[in-house]
Amino acid sequence: MKILVCISHVPDTTSRINFIDNNTKFDTSGVQYIIGPYDDYALARAVELKESSGASVTVINVGLAETEPTLRKALAIGADDAIRINADPSDSYFVAAQIAEHAKGYDLILMGRESIDYNSGVVHAMVGEMLGIPSVSPVMKLDIEGDKVKMAREIEGGKEYVEAKLPIVAGCQEPIAEWKIPNMRGIMSARTKPLKVAEPKATEKAVTHIRYDLPPPKGAVKMISADNVEQLVQLLKTEAKVL
Amino acid sequence: MKALVLAESAEGKIKKTSLEAIAYAHALGGTVTAIALGTVSKDELAGLGKFGAEKVLHASDPRLDHPVIGAYASVLEQAFAQENCDCLVLATSSIGVPAAAKVAVKTGAGFVCNVVDLPDTSSGFKLRKSIYTGKAFSTVDLSSPKKVIAIRKNAVTLKETGGVAAVQDFKPALKETDFNTNILSTEKATGEVLLPEANIVVSGGRGMKGPEHWGILEELARSLHAATGCSKPVSDMGWRPHHEHVGQTGVKVAPQLYIAIGISGAIQHLAGVNSSKCIVVINKDAEAPFFKAADYGIVGDAFDVVPKLTAAIKAAK
Ligand SMILES: Cc1cc2nc3c(=O)[nH]c(=O)nc-3n(C[C@H](O)[C@H](O)[C@H](O)COP(=O)(O)OP(=O)(O)OC[C@H]3O[C@@H](n4cnc5c(N)ncnc54)[C@H](O)[C@@H]3O)c2cc1C
Ligand SMILES: Nc1ncnc2c1ncn2[C@@H]1O[C@H](COP(=O)(O)O)[C@@H](O)[C@H]1O
Repeated sequence: MKILVCISHVPDTTSRINFIDNNTKFDTSGVQYIIGPYDDYALARAVELKESSGASVTVINVGLAETEPTLRKALAIGADDAIRINADPSDSYFVAAQIAEHAKGYDLILMGRESIDYNSGVVHAMVGEMLGIPSVSPVMKLDIEGDKVKMAREIEGGKEYVEAKLPIVAGCQEPIAEWKIPNMRGIMSARTKPLKVAEPKATEKAVTHIRYDLPPPKGAVKMISADNVEQLVQLLKTEAKVL
Repeated sequence: MKALVLAESAEGKIKKTSLEAIAYAHALGGTVTAIALGTVSKDELAGLGKFGAEKVLHASDPRLDHPVIGAYASVLEQAFAQENCDCLVLATSSIGVPAAAKVAVKTGAGFVCNVVDLPDTSSGFKLRKSIYTGKAFSTVDLSSPKKVIAIRKNAVTLKETGGVAAVQDFKPALKETDFNTNILSTEKATGEVLLPEANIVVSGGRGMKGPEHWGILEELARSLHAATGCSKPVSDMGWRPHHEHVGQTGVKVAPQLYIAIGISGAIQHLAGVNSSKCIVVINKDAEAPFFKAADYGIVGDAFDVVPKLTAAIKAAK
């Protein structure tokens, strides 16, 4: 079985977000980049399937040269080879079109439920549509049984158990697998695993980012004594007007 | 602009988030057709007129009671074509967004998600969307002639303006391949307020010490008709179901009131709640970072404060 895992390269979840150049550019100074946390779950499940059933695992990223350390980390975690599509990934449709171009021939295409930068949760559905195969998200459990995939998918206020025939695209989230940390042997072998760079296929972008802004800063917190919860109820009614 | 709006339902009632999507489409200024899938009463559908829908298409095929992404996408695409629409509007949800993403591919429409405001059409078509899981916003230009817009909760204020919508049966051609995922069974928490929809959320963290102590939170939630939420470690440890986990890697909520109890306020948790209108923090540690993001704070022991708060709310009713 051939598995493709789509990896986004995103700021660490503890990052504070700032913009420069008159709010037209993301400020990368001091920002650590990681494999998208949901993509990390997808990768962990792929590596488990590799270990249990001998699948091969390819990772793919649409991004510029700075994303290569993130791809190397995915190789260290256990992927066999990597593809980087050399382009800026700010429009989901564009990203999906690039992935679809390289995803033919894979039995299972695993992604995260959403990326945490432009987070839309749409790339998996778009790739499924482009390839004419089912897409399921967010998937909390995934097992292969012959030519079928059995999954648990989260729905508003609950869970749904679904089954589909391979090939499929799945957007993953916890608790599908435990995040894996690369070990020394993984890190050493990742250096020599193949990382192919491909140029993007020409695709029109419908969405252009013009400028960014931050949420307004919070006013000072009003502290209330634990012995006077009635005052809190009163303020919620009359001042905040939320009750 | 001719807009089609996905009117999602749960147990036969159109979701409030979908009413907001109708109001949003109405505010775009053109005609609004809503589409409902599965079992919903005609009265409920006619009532969508109040929020600005002129027409409601009803695809009542009971197979659509289950949210199958492929089938939803196929229905939406056919309605979009029949009504000659140029814009699809929907609320961000686990079925709506992927179904709409497929429609975007099928129709060549550009797609913008997590939209928080009405468009600025003074030059181009500019939309403000939430990015970095609520930590920032981006203003984007959506240049394609056909558009798909997925809005976040509270992108518009809901007010009743119109009258009664004309309800029409809609019989899309559904193919076997539209149902290419087979639903085996569903597990649903019923009778509770759904977290993504809730106006008030009562959330607990590791400070609650164990699942056996959630009774006092649930009672507070009941007194406020609120949904219950939790921090990631709480769902990781299985104290609470996974779908209650709030934050950057969980549900992003935007209620009127978010009450955080025994949650420290890690940046990943804050990312999921910072669109709340008002935040109340109850924590025994006065230095807990959450207080910096709060509107009101109480330093105290949850096991003491929460029952008192529930009593005060009941008394104030
Ligand atoms: C990649 C990544 C993604 C993450 N995503 C999320 C996410 O989406 N959502 C999320 O929540 N976390 C997320 N986290 C985890 C996050 O970093 C924190 O670890 C987590 O939010 C802490 O949960 P907590 O506040 O419940 O627990 P703690 O940090 O242990 O805080 C417990 C709090 O309870 C207080 N307390 C203790 N006893 C009492 C009492 N009797 N009465 C009142 N207060 C009391 C303490 O003072 C303390 O402030 C993520 C982490 C990573 C690495
Ligand atoms: N630039 C990218 N390169 C590779 N995969 C991506 C990229 N962006 C998003 N993805 C994948 O698509 C999933 C959903 O992303 P999104 O639709 O942007 O929320 C992510 O979790 C990744 O698995």
